[in-house]
Amino acid sequence: MPIIKVDGLSKVFGKNWKEALRLLGTGKTKEEILKETGATVGVNRASFEVEQGEVFVIMGLSGSGKSTLVRLLNRLIEPTEGSVFVDGEDLAKVDKNKLRQVRRQKLSMVFQKFALFPHRTILENTEFGLEIQGIDKETRSKKAQESLELVGLGSYIHQYPGQLSGGMQQRVGLARALANDPEVLLMDEAFSALDPLIRKDMQDELLDLQESMKKTIIFITHDLDEALRIGDRIALMKDGSIVQIGTPEEILVNPANEYVEKFVEDVDRSKVLTAEHIMKRPETVNMEKHGPRVALERMKEEGLSSIYVTDGKRNLKGYITAEDASDARKNDIRDIKEILKTDVPTVSKDTPMHDIFEVIHNSPVPIAVVEDGKLYGIIVRGAVLAALAGEGEVNINA
Amino acid sequence: MLDFAPKIPIAEFISDLTDTITDMFAFLFDPIKNQFGDFMEWGADLLASIPAVIVILVVAVLAFFISGKRFGLSIFSIIGLWLVYNQGMWEDLMFTFTLVLASSLLSVIIGVPIGILMSKSKTAETILTPILDFMQTMPAFVYLIPAVAFFSIGMVPGIFASLIFATPPTVRFTNLGIRQVSRELVEASEAFGSTGSQKLFKVELPMAKKTIMAGINQTVMLSLSMVVIASMIGAPGLGRQVLSALQRAQVGTGFVAGIGIVILAIIIDRFTQNLNK
Repeated sequence: MPIIKVDGLSKVFGKNWKEALRLLGTGKTKEEILKETGATVGVNRASFEVEQGEVFVIMGLSGSGKSTLVRLLNRLIEPTEGSVFVDGEDLAKVDKNKLRQVRRQKLSMVFQKFALFPHRTILENTEFGLEIQGIDKETRSKKAQESLELVGLGSYIHQYPGQLSGGMQQRVGLARALANDPEVLLMDEAFSALDPLIRKDMQDELLDLQESMKKTIIFITHDLDEALRIGDRIALMKDGSIVQIGTPEEILVNPANEYVEKFVEDVDRSKVLTAEHIMKRPETVNMEKHGPRVALERMKEEGLSSIYVTDGKRNLKGYITAEDASDARKNDIRDIKEILKTDVPTVSKDTPMHDIFEVIHNSPVPIAVVEDGKLYGIIVRGAVLAALAGEGEVNINA
Repeated sequence: MLDFAPKIPIAEFISDLTDTITDMFAFLFDPIKNQFGDFMEWGADLLASIPAVIVILVVAVLAFFISGKRFGLSIFSIIGLWLVYNQGMWEDLMFTFTLVLASSLLSVIIGVPIGILMSKSKTAETILTPILDFMQTMPAFVYLIPAVAFFSIGMVPGIFASLIFATPPTVRFTNLGIRQVSRELVEASEAFGSTGSQKLFKVELPMAKKTIMAGINQTVMLSLSMVVIASMIGAPGLGRQVLSALQRAQVGTGFVAGIGIVILAIIIDRFTQNLNK
């Protein structure tokens, strides 16, 4: 069962919300509804499910409704319509006491501008969630300290937020959220206020933490690179509606519509695509069966200047060039082994494209994609360029 | 053509209303007048009975610590208070101080909760804002009249008039301070499951403290000015010296009493401001 299930969730701001909802049903756009009713559509019938342990990224530009959506999840904003099931319970319908209980125990939030209490020390800030549950001083201080250790701020407990850098403040924000030991972390543009280098560190750290904690994380961002980096799945929003939900690769490679396509156009694909996505089926010769003559024939047929050599079990042995094969035929050499070159440039299936550049730059022959010694594919220079340009055959299901 | 209607009897109406209230609430006003009046007298006498030198020393020591261990305020307090003593106005000063203390305390006790209510409810804000404007712009003297009707003359009506005149800043600043608490901080406290009062006491009031204190400082200053005016309805203290000097055209005496008020005002103002740091 998904830990969070959102079903037909809408938020309309303004007096005329009933009419606006009706118009939404007829498929009118956000602007048309604003013009006709004066009501602003914040979120338009969003539906999705988030599995336990998943990092689910909601991304969109400012005004796309992503921040409203995350606030609907813990009801900081009252939904106009629809349901939010947390552990099977519809949060949109529970009373205040129950809502408070869910907020205390199941959902924690990390804020864009940290939202630390300036009049409280780091430790007191981290304790906040436990304090309001009425947990005794000793227990909560212990838990808060553990949580601060986790984000590497164990020695700052008596400082005040104003004395810490932005990155450190957000670690406190994260520690405060973790101290409650929630099932779901809601992170609203949590790293957007940090400068790029710090942001990357924080992303890495979050991923590291996630490895060990296996929390469910709902992460809001306007930064596609960030979404692609940390998201297991991404929901792309525009004008309050979810346009596409998918894994980073799916979004990049199979954009659902023009908007998504435009959105992902500028993405640094080299960070997302891996060798697997751009490799082709290799032409090979089997050194146990074939000699230089067959190899040369094959190269001629395919218009290649070199060819990879494997054994009967597709284990990569090396490659031979057309020139050597031709010489070998003249000199009547029968065994490929004698002209076999073994300085093979190899990468594995999940090597990011970013790291392939250098290998391919220094290599006279296509790169071999090898896993456990077996040859799975080859990468030619043209494929790398095509993938970077966002065109060409990228085989997502490779 | 403006004479289409006879004069509307507003003045008569208010007079009648005041009379009615006086009669109706006599059971409430009389004990306040007597018990509270006696209590105030007792407090002022007690304060005045402490030897001046002890009061001056205590103020100087408090000033030293409250201003972050600097001597400026202490030195000013010693010189200023001694000067008042030297001019034979010590007892008046103690009465004035008692009045200011009592009316400010009451203003804060009444004003802060009203300010909180205003910050929480749009309706309350809409209703209370014009009332506060009215309370502050109506010439202060006007409040003396019903004060006398309700509580006759002396300290108690003085405090009553001062309450009406001096409470609005505390209400306004409390409202403003709470409304100014950043949205994200309020959201943070809600997102972690705070109850309304947890949010108020753990986040909003601490965050609004500086603004509220600025309002209280204003209230104290206004109380002081009103307490002086209240001498017209028999409130004792420095104001009475000013009033009698005015009535007899004694420039010198009036100036000396005025200086006494200024000294008290500066000391109180610096004390409340430093409390805010």
